[in-house]
Amino acid sequence: MTKAVRLELNGSPVAAVAEGGENLLALLRERLGDTSPKAGCLQGTCGACTVLLDGEPVLACLTLAELADGRRVTTVRGLQDGPRLHPLQEAFMDGFAAQCGFCTPGMLIAAKALLDREPNPTREQVIEAIAGNVCRCTGYTPIVEAILDAARRLAGRRG
Amino acid sequence: MPLEVRTTATLAEAASLLQSERAARFMAGGTLMMRAVNEGDVSFSTIVRTSDPAFVRVRAAGGRIELGAGVTMAQVLASRELAFLHPAARAVGGPAVRTMATVGGNLFAAHPYGDFATALLALDARVQLASGFGAREVPLEDLLRGRERGPRQLVAAVSFERPADPAAFRFRKMTRTHPKGPAVLTIAAWLPTSGGRVSGARVAFGAMAPFPIRARAVERALEGRLLSAEGVAPAVAAAAREGDPPTDPIASAWYRQRVVGVVLRRLLLGEL
Repeated sequence: MTKAVRLELNGSPVAAVAEGGENLLALLRERLGDTSPKAGCLQGTCGACTVLLDGEPVLACLTLAELADGRRVTTVRGLQDGPRLHPLQEAFMDGFAAQCGFCTPGMLIAAKALLDREPNPTREQVIEAIAGNVCRCTGYTPIVEAILDAARRLAGRRG
Repeated sequence: MPLEVRTTATLAEAASLLQSERAARFMAGGTLMMRAVNEGDVSFSTIVRTSDPAFVRVRAAGGRIELGAGVTMAQVLASRELAFLHPAARAVGGPAVRTMATVGGNLFAAHPYGDFATALLALDARVQLASGFGAREVPLEDLLRGRERGPRQLVAAVSFERPADPAAFRFRKMTRTHPKGPAVLTIAAWLPTSGGRVSGARVAFGAMAPFPIRARAVERALEGRLLSAEGVAPAVAAAAREGDPPTDPIASAWYRQRVVGVVLRRLLLGEL
């Protein structure tokens, strides 16, 4: 049983045919060529595949692909504005918040979901926001600092 | 193997489909079912979903609160009327899981999961079951006890009385990692008092048995007692004798039995 799925991926309309039971991560990576969300555990434990679905964070590996039909999907590829990186990406780079980088796309999306809702988060809110994202390299502190830094950068941009 | 996904307009149709097709399984938020799909579970070939608006409805305004089984943890957290349930909803996964995970799904989450179900058990929730022939209600405790071996049932909604005093409802989860992780154990308690003494307490334990349980000996030991160090001592002593805790990678049965009293005492005395 296949199903045509039309969605808005990072602002552009796209379409693909999904197999019955196929997850959104497979649709994005294998059919739509957006490999920015990573396939880690496929069990909803690691958070590496986190994307925004209509602005809310979801785990692409646990989302039925056909449920994205008619909806907006944002991956980390959609964060930057042309050649200009998103303040979150700049802050991650400047703060050495990535080591192997595998968790980074999920971390960035989880952080974006937080900052969209809460532009001036506390450290506790940042820790809670990335609680579903596993990082085995950094010990989390540089990531938490980078997200707080990004919030300051975004506030500066808003002036 | 490709699966067939069928979305029904009503809960009754979904229930009929599940009854007539042994190879069909129901999916709400997908956090449990999609794990099985990704693992290549071949015990089902059809996924049944529903777009019934009642399935995702929150009725929190009146004296009796009703949550559709498809209501997500994020929806619970967005409701000010359900503030007393926020600690329990926040105990479920990270934010992305909470966008997806549902009230109904949590009732079927295998050990050591099921923190929200534990909270609902302390609220004496009743479960509305959908069937092709109309709805019926059972106590949550019965559903949990029979969920492994009982007949296949589709949960439509859960309902419970609004706590008269939200402060009398307490929830605590012990984990090895912070701020989130699977439960060493979870305790939810409804502790109404009369003249400072506990009257009609309900205490539920999660991860202390293969499914969330009511801690009846603890409840009896609390009756008529003050919530003081001395008053709660018999209940704390009774806690270790409740349930039949599994040994798993999170904790051993031995450890759970020894630590449950400590967590219970802290919850009852409002200690950090």
